[in-house]
Amino acid sequence: MVILTVDQAKQWMIESQKKLVEHKEQLTTLDQAIGDGDHGINMARGFSEVVDKIEGTEYDTVADVLKSAAMTLTAKVGGASGPLYGTAFLKMAVSLQGKEVTAEAFVDAVDAGLEGIQTRGKAEFGEKTLFDVWYQVAAFLHSEPYDTWEGILEVCQAIIEDTREMVALRGRASYLKERSKGHIDPGSMSSFYIFQAFVDVLEWEKA
Amino acid sequence: MKKVVNHPDKVVQDMLDGFVKAHHTSMKRIPDTTVIIRQEAPISGKVGLVSGGGSGHEPAHAGYVGKGMLDAAVVGEVFTSPTPDQVLEAIKAVDSGAGVLLIIKNYTGDVMNFEMAAELAEAEGITVDKVIVNDDVAVEDSTFTTGRRGIAGTVLVHRVAGAVAETGASLAEVKQAAEKVVRNVRSMGLALTACTVPAAGKPSFTLHDNEIEIGTGIHGEPGIERVPLQTAEEMSERLVEKILADKDYTNSEVAIMINGMGATPEMELYIVYREVERLLHKHGIAVYRAWVGEYMTSLEMAGFSVTLLAVDHEIKQALSTPVETIAFR
Repeated sequence: MVILTVDQAKQWMIESQKKLVEHKEQLTTLDQAIGDGDHGINMARGFSEVVDKIEGTEYDTVADVLKSAAMTLTAKVGGASGPLYGTAFLKMAVSLQGKEVTAEAFVDAVDAGLEGIQTRGKAEFGEKTLFDVWYQVAAFLHSEPYDTWEGILEVCQAIIEDTREMVALRGRASYLKERSKGHIDPGSMSSFYIFQAFVDVLEWEKA
Repeated sequence: MKKVVNHPDKVVQDMLDGFVKAHHTSMKRIPDTTVIIRQEAPISGKVGLVSGGGSGHEPAHAGYVGKGMLDAAVVGEVFTSPTPDQVLEAIKAVDSGAGVLLIIKNYTGDVMNFEMAAELAEAEGITVDKVIVNDDVAVEDSTFTTGRRGIAGTVLVHRVAGAVAETGASLAEVKQAAEKVVRNVRSMGLALTACTVPAAGKPSFTLHDNEIEIGTGIHGEPGIERVPLQTAEEMSERLVEKILADKDYTNSEVAIMINGMGATPEMELYIVYREVERLLHKHGIAVYRAWVGEYMTSLEMAGFSVTLLAVDHEIKQALSTPVETIAFR
């Protein structure tokens, strides 16, 4: 069964943009605590560019939508988030190339995205980066029947709370060592909004 | 915020416009990009050297484009790495078929964006290699973390790699020379005041009148310790001792760079030089050459960094070849 159509893929990006713009200040505040304070600004700007691009373009496949998003994020977000999200969406697009997006295909795509993030960021689980969220989502999708997409949200919320107690080992927050404790990782938070947008779009279909 | 700008969001574009107009005889901007390249690029048979990073570190990196140093500098937003598409344009513009070496400061964003560009260039059939500069001893080096940052020592990597590339050396040879500098260069800085990113409008941190921050990065990242204001002698000693604790330069000959962070007068930098040279002599370290001035700034931050590079015959030879750039002699 197809779970994500071209239109829904576009909606996913549009919903992501809405959430990231809505939470721009929150993401920036989180980043000011342990990074360089531009995560909200960069993500809102990047996804707004994505929406500008995809709204004016016709796509044949979900893979094409995600590839377009990947190229735009890579070119417009900057910092570390641009290459990380750009790579994640590009690898998902490659994984979905020539396929209909069934639940199985989507799980494979999340795996591919996760692998892309790991290759690009050289992160491991538990290092207080957005990789943590993707890792947990992938693990959840492998462990559960596919009709429970909402379960993604609980998994995300739990890992986001966990990042609060972690010491950052990657990225600019790692310079703070122990002082990075006590703050939620901003990249994990933005990944949550992207997965939340995905779940919202699938839920609309059910409703 | 009191700055000489037209609009905070336009500082990079406006600066680049002014830069290429002022220096049009020796360099140009690739249209619709933030890439500055040598007027004569690509140079037949020569390995192309590309570096870059966020803006706000002027004269880095565009000031180092020219004979004996870089072929291209890729300019990002203030304190933000340039994106892969921009780096790719630079690579394509300077490749003469001999390959391109990327010189990257060790920041997560810079490394990822430049690596992505390298992959894209390779997909287009261009041979690309990279060196990552991590000279800042304020940050602990560890394979389990992001590791030490790249700061003013990067300029000396540009210089030596650039000199070796001018001789027609292969990509592997240029990379080897650059890596030798990376292995032998260490730096550390301190700040007397913070700096303000134009788009942010307020300082990245605050220091009281009588406080200094030891070990700050070049983006106003926190240092390792905040202490009361000291004399030039004490501040210099603090940095030199930390560098020497990381790498033993005893009985070696070194090149020194005293780098102003943007708002420290040359008068003060020369006072620092005086103290640093005296300290090095005390440790039995000979001075080959020195550069004192602004090389890798952090907007209008007051403060300085000290860089030491152990020199051997090959590095000395490279440092003595002709160099024609705006900011390095």
